[in-house]
Amino acid sequence: MTTQEVRLCGLLLQEHFGDVVEKVGTHLIRCGVLTLRALAHETKLALDLVKKSLCVLMQHGMCTFGAGRRGPAGPVEYRISCERILHMLRYPRYIYTAKSLYGDTGELIVEEILQRGQMTMSCTVKTVADRLTHNMPEGQSMDYSEVVSSFSQLVETHFLQRCPPVASTGSSNTGAVDTPPPAVAQPSEPESHPDCYRVPYINLTGQGKRRRSSEDGEADQRAAKKAKIDNSECGDEGIFWQVNFERFHLHFRDQAIISAVSCKLDQTSGEIVRTMLRMSEVTTQANAAFTQALSANEIFRALPSNYNIARPILDQYLTLLVDDPMEFVGKTGDSGGGMYVVNLHRALANLARATLESVVQERFGSRSARIFRLLLRKRHLEQKQVEDFAMIPAKEAKDMLYTLLSENLVQLQEIPKTPDHAPSRTFYLYTVNQLPTARLLLQHCYKCFDIYLFVDTIQTIGNLIERRLYETKENKQVPPFSTIQNISSKRLLEKSQRIEAILASLQATGAETAQLTEVEEMITAPERQQLESLRHHINKLDSSENQVDETIFLLESYINSTEASR
Amino acid sequence: MMAGRGRGQLTFSVEIVGIGKGENLPPSSVQPTPLFPPLDQKPVPLQTGEEAEYMLALKQEFRGAMKTLPFYIRPAAPKKDVERYSDKYQKTETTDNSLEWKPDWRRFPKELRVREKRPQRDKSPAVPKQPKQPRVDKEEIIRKLETLEQKEKEGSSDEEEGEKKKPEEEEAEGEEEYDEEEFEGETDYVMSYFDNEEEFGGDSDDNMDEAIY
Repeated sequence: MTTQEVRLCGLLLQEHFGDVVEKVGTHLIRCGVLTLRALAHETKLALDLVKKSLCVLMQHGMCTFGAGRRGPAGPVEYRISCERILHMLRYPRYIYTAKSLYGDTGELIVEEILQRGQMTMSCTVKTVADRLTHNMPEGQSMDYSEVVSSFSQLVETHFLQRCPPVASTGSSNTGAVDTPPPAVAQPSEPESHPDCYRVPYINLTGQGKRRRSSEDGEADQRAAKKAKIDNSECGDEGIFWQVNFERFHLHFRDQAIISAVSCKLDQTSGEIVRTMLRMSEVTTQANAAFTQALSANEIFRALPSNYNIARPILDQYLTLLVDDPMEFVGKTGDSGGGMYVVNLHRALANLARATLESVVQERFGSRSARIFRLLLRKRHLEQKQVEDFAMIPAKEAKDMLYTLLSENLVQLQEIPKTPDHAPSRTFYLYTVNQLPTARLLLQHCYKCFDIYLFVDTIQTIGNLIERRLYETKENKQVPPFSTIQNISSKRLLEKSQRIEAILASLQATGAETAQLTEVEEMITAPERQQLESLRHHINKLDSSENQVDETIFLLESYINSTEASR
Repeated sequence: MMAGRGRGQLTFSVEIVGIGKGENLPPSSVQPTPLFPPLDQKPVPLQTGEEAEYMLALKQEFRGAMKTLPFYIRPAAPKKDVERYSDKYQKTETTDNSLEWKPDWRRFPKELRVREKRPQRDKSPAVPKQPKQPRVDKEEIIRKLETLEQKEKEGSSDEEEGEKKKPEEEEAEGEEEYDEEEFEGETDYVMSYFDNEEEFGGDSDDNMDEAIY
C-alpha cells in the first residue's frame, strides 16, 4: 500500500461518506487489522461515530470483519479493502456501461446499488421504478415487472451478484453491546456460493409511484427509508445484491481490446474480435491468458449477419490479425479452417506498453520516446549504442537518457568485468523493465489526483487558488481576479446555491418573472463570471479524473495479469 | 577508507559517464522540488464527446447524491460562538448515536449495534410532553360526559367515583413535571411554558429566513 494509494483512498472516502468515515478508514488502512476499541481509542473519535463509520464501510463492502488473533472468543477485528475503495473512482464508468448495455433501467439499478452498497432486489426494483416514473411524462408509469426483468438480465450476465452470506452467529442476544461479541466467520468469496447468481422469486406487482415534485429532497430520503421498511412482504428479505466489479472489469478489458483493434486495423476486424470475445465469454476463465480456441467456421457462423463478411474475406482478416505485431489474435491450429484465440494477456501487455510509450512521448518529446522504444525492443543497450541506434547527437541523447533514468522510466544495469566494480572495467547497460515501469506509472496516476486537485468542490477551490496564486506570481501577469475574491469563492458558491434554491422554490409556486429576475440579479456580473470559470475548472478536473482512471484500469489489469501468469 | 568517500570526491573518474574534463558537475540541490514545476510539454486536450460528457454528469450527480444519503456521516455541528439558553431546546439534526438507516443486523457484528434507547431518553422531556396535555384533556372531557350520562341514567351514586379519579391523574402528572424540573435543574422556567413559546416562534423563524435572501 503506497502513500499515494492511502491518500487517494482517504480522499474518496471523504468525498462520498464524509470526514468521520475518512478518518476511520485511513487509520484502518494504515494499521491493517484492528478491533473496535483500538480503533476508537486511536482515532480519538466517539465510539458511536466509529461504530457508524464501520457500518457504512461494511454496507458498501469496503470493510470485512472476522474473528481476531485470539480466536473465536476474542474481539472481532476489522479489515479494510483498499482495492475496493479505489473502485469508487470508476463508479461513473460502471453506471455508464450499465446504461449502454441495458438502457436507462440498467443504469438506475446499478446506480442505486452503488449508492447504497447493497440492496435487496425488491427494494431496488421499487426505487428504480419510482425514479423512472418520476421522469416520465404525466400519466405514464413504469411497471415493476420491466425493472425486474432488467435486474434479472444483469444478474444472468453476472454484472450483479448476491452478497456472500455471513456464517450465522451463535447467540442472538439483541442489543447487548457490552457483552463480548460472538465470533463471526469472515465472509467467503461470493463466487463460491452456489446461489450467487440465482434470482429469488419476488412477490411484487404494480407500478412506480410518482412523488410530488415540491418535496424532492426530503421525499428522496423518505422514500428510501420507506422502501426499506415495507419490503417485508416481498419474500426476498436478507438476500442482498452487490455490483460484481470483476465482471465489469472483464467487460472493460474486452472493450479496450476491441477498440484498440478497431483503431489499429479497421472497424470490421474490431467486429471480428468482438464476436470472438463474445463467443468465449462464458467458457473462458476470468484470468485466463487467452480465450478458448475457436475455429474459423464457428467465427463465421457467429458473426452478425448485417456485416456481410464473406468467408474468404474473414480468412484474410484473421490472417491479418495474426500477423499484426500487436498480437491480439493468435493461431493455435489448422483444424476447422484454422483455430484462433484472443491473446488476452499479450493484448493487455501491448496496450500497457503503448500507454507507457505515449506517456514518454507526451512528457519528454518524440525523440526521448524513440530512445524509450529502442530500449524496449533491444532490451539492453550501452550508452554509445543508444546514441548510434537512435540516430540522435551524443550530447542530446545523453541528456534525454539521463532524464529518463532520473524519472525511473529507464533502469541502469551494471555488469562488472572484474570483482572490484571499477567503473573503467564495467559495462553500463540501459534497459526498460515494463512491469516495474508500469507500476511506477500507476503510482503516478494515483498521484495525479493530488496534482489534479481532487476532492469536492471546496477543496478544489482551495487548490485552484493555490495554483492561480502561483501562476500569477510566476508570470507577473495581472491576475484575473483579485486574491480576496478568490478566497471568497467558497462563500460565493454557497450563495449561488442558495439563490438557485430560492429560484426553484419561486418557480414552483408560480412567481412573476419580474420577481425571478430580481432574485437572479443578486449575483453580480463579475461574480457570475467567476462562478462560470470555477465550474469550467471543476468540470475539467472531473473529466480528467475519469480519463486518468481509464489509464489506471489498463495498467492495473496488465500488472494483475502478469502477476497471475507467473 | 571513509575519508575518501567525502563530498566532492567521487570514487570513480567522471569521464567514464561521459562528462568531459572541463565540464562542471551540476550543482547539488537542497531545496524541495517546486509545487507546480514548469511544463516542458503542454498536456494533450481532454477527450470530448457524448460519452465523456455523460460520464462527467454521472460523476457529479453521484457525488451530489452521496451527500444526501444517510451514509454520509457528519459529526455533530461544532458549537457556535456563544452557548445560548435556547440551544438546549433546539432539536439537533444529527445525533451521534443513532443510525439514520437500518442495516440488516444479521450481516453485521453485534458490537456495532448502537444502543437506540439513549437518544429517545434525551429527547423525551422536550417532545412527547406537548401532545399529552390536550389528549388528557379530551379524555377527561369524554369521561366527564360519560359520567354525566351515567348520572342522568343511574342517579347520583357514581358521581363521587368520577370525581375521585380526576385528582389522582392530576397528581401523576404533577410528578412527571416535577421530574423534568429536576432534570433541567438550572432553569427557573417550567418546561411547558417554554415549549409553547418555541412552537410559536418556529413559524416566524422560517419567515425570517426567507426575508433575508
